Amino acid sequence: MPPAVVLVTGVSRWLGGALAAELAADPSIGRVIGVDTVPPSPDMLHRLGRTEFVRADIRNPLIGKVIAAASVDTVVHMNISSTPAGSGGRAPMKELNVIGTMQLLAACQRAPSVRRFVLKSTSAVYGASSRDPAVFTEAMQARAVPAGGFAKDSLDIEGYVRAFSRRRPDVDVAMLRFTNFIGPRIDSLLTGFFRMPVVPTALGYDARVQLLHEDDALAVLTRATTGDFVGTVNVGGEGTLLLSQAIRRLGRVDVPIPTPALGSVGRLSRRFGFVDYSPEQMRFLNFGRVVDTTVLRERFGYTPRYTTEAALADYARTVPPVISPRLVQSVTSRVRSVLERAGDTATAVGERLRPAPPAPGLRAVRDA
Amino acid sequence: MPEARVIPLRPDDDDPFVPPATPPGWEEQLAGGLEFLRRRITGEYETDEFGFDPDLTDHVLLPILRPFFEKWFRVESQGLDNVPSQGGALIVANHSGTVPVDALMTTVALHDDHPASRRLRLLGADLVFDLPFIGTMSRKMGTTLACNEDAERLLTAGETVGVFPEGFKGIGKPFRERYTLQRFGRGGFVTAALRTGVPIIPCAIVGAEEIYPMIGNAKTVARLLGLPYLPITPTFPLLGPLGLVPLPSKWLIAFGEPIETASYGPAAAEDPMLVFNLTDQVRETIQHSLYQLLLQRKGVFA
Repeated sequence: MPPAVVLVTGVSRWLGGALAAELAADPSIGRVIGVDTVPPSPDMLHRLGRTEFVRADIRNPLIGKVIAAASVDTVVHMNISSTPAGSGGRAPMKELNVIGTMQLLAACQRAPSVRRFVLKSTSAVYGASSRDPAVFTEAMQARAVPAGGFAKDSLDIEGYVRAFSRRRPDVDVAMLRFTNFIGPRIDSLLTGFFRMPVVPTALGYDARVQLLHEDDALAVLTRATTGDFVGTVNVGGEGTLLLSQAIRRLGRVDVPIPTPALGSVGRLSRRFGFVDYSPEQMRFLNFGRVVDTTVLRERFGYTPRYTTEAALADYARTVPPVISPRLVQSVTSRVRSVLERAGDTATAVGERLRPAPPAPGLRAVRDA
Repeated sequence: MPEARVIPLRPDDDDPFVPPATPPGWEEQLAGGLEFLRRRITGEYETDEFGFDPDLTDHVLLPILRPFFEKWFRVESQGLDNVPSQGGALIVANHSGTVPVDALMTTVALHDDHPASRRLRLLGADLVFDLPFIGTMSRKMGTTLACNEDAERLLTAGETVGVFPEGFKGIGKPFRERYTLQRFGRGGFVTAALRTGVPIIPCAIVGAEEIYPMIGNAKTVARLLGLPYLPITPTFPLLGPLGLVPLPSKWLIAFGEPIETASYGPAAAEDPMLVFNLTDQVRETIQHSLYQLLLQRKGVFA
């Protein structure tokens, strides 16, 4: 049964807005209510269609009134910030993530109309360390529990959502653990990282990266909202790439920096508004993380259209390479032809100096 | 009248003259090298979820190891037909030599000497992956963390997985205890094999013990550096970097008869007594073949 009234938090960001627009385009859904602290951009507003926008802070009990007044039956919680830069520092970020989720859950618990709760979580809850198994399934837990930042927030949020699900067993809860997003339109941690012409990485380490294309992320969120999946599912594309390999494929220049110095480079780049290197992102850059997507394909019933490789290739269309593969191709072929010519000359000279011995096989036979 | 007989006049001419297979000319090698460089710069190669990079392994890492395998240690591999040509198998070997060179040589042995050129996917301790460079290189060579999740995932995918259950106890033991097996972990490798139903192939490696004979252990320094041991050998640290050159001992690697686990069924992994018994059986087999190989070897450096 399709939901009658859907509430989407974090609608002013690309993925939240895209989900609201997708749901608004579905005539079987009665109302779509988008919530965010900042109004969506005019461009986004245009795409949102019949979505009703409520400018509210989920940290404020007002959100409860919105849920009760509209008798919302499906809540999609996406207002979770992954970088301090987006929400004005680490303290407001944590406030928004943890307190915001608690307020939203408190409001949902009071509202008898709520039937379904979808959480946009992250595979960062598995942490990143040298003691990790190569591939995480949903049943596994972090070997090294994330100590702070986005991953810690996400772990706390998942904990609160589980507690909510115990208190309201009649509500179907779906937790989607997304891997890193990538795509031409989405603004994620990695897209900002890969947009730099020179990409600093940790010297002596190479992370395994699993990507999810924005279109697949959107499709999974839509399906989770309108479908009946209950439980936790890892969402990621098929296959993996190494971080260095991804940087090379994008034609970027990989600059390995010793780990202690990487912190100050991170602070510097944050000051100039590039990318944020927080300690947990550093750990991710060292070890990476891969998740098993069997549940996604078999129980959830969705196979991502883009593999990790294809998703990166699609993103690469929007970032002009610094070192273009064509240039590399032409340089290697030129080097090869020059060396071949030199080689031909050398063999010609060699043959002139030392004539080849006659081929064996025939032997002079003496008359007996 | 007796029948006419053809008498070959020059028996050595019977074989038609075949020019010896020329190694690829330097032009081809150069072209291959340039193509490899192009691939590396543009990132057009495959890696798997464990971080294994076959392109780098085949074109850089194995060629570096091969001279050690062929010339320095003159490794002889025996019983390669005990390793199946396809499907999962768990190779369990003794560990020694202060530095895990034995793991690298077994990888070369299975890749170069086995008719199916099998790739050995090693299981390493978490310390390996903590270290910069070494951790990444190990992953690129196909090594992953020694945990049941990874072992079972690889075995289910039909890979040959190599494991050294003695761990640091084996590799960091003093020289006087050479060729005596240490405790075999907690039998995790047996449960992995039972759950996936793959054969366990006991493997005995002779020769690795002598490459860096460990006559002392600088425990305090090791603790300061966070290492499980810090070896003192007759040449290290006495000769400085020169002491890092391994002694050219003669190596024998023998793959033994496979021990079938499929007949027990996956539920047998929950039976600790069976796991202990199988662990002991594997350990005894390896110890026995170590003694046999030592008798076969004419001398340490012969």
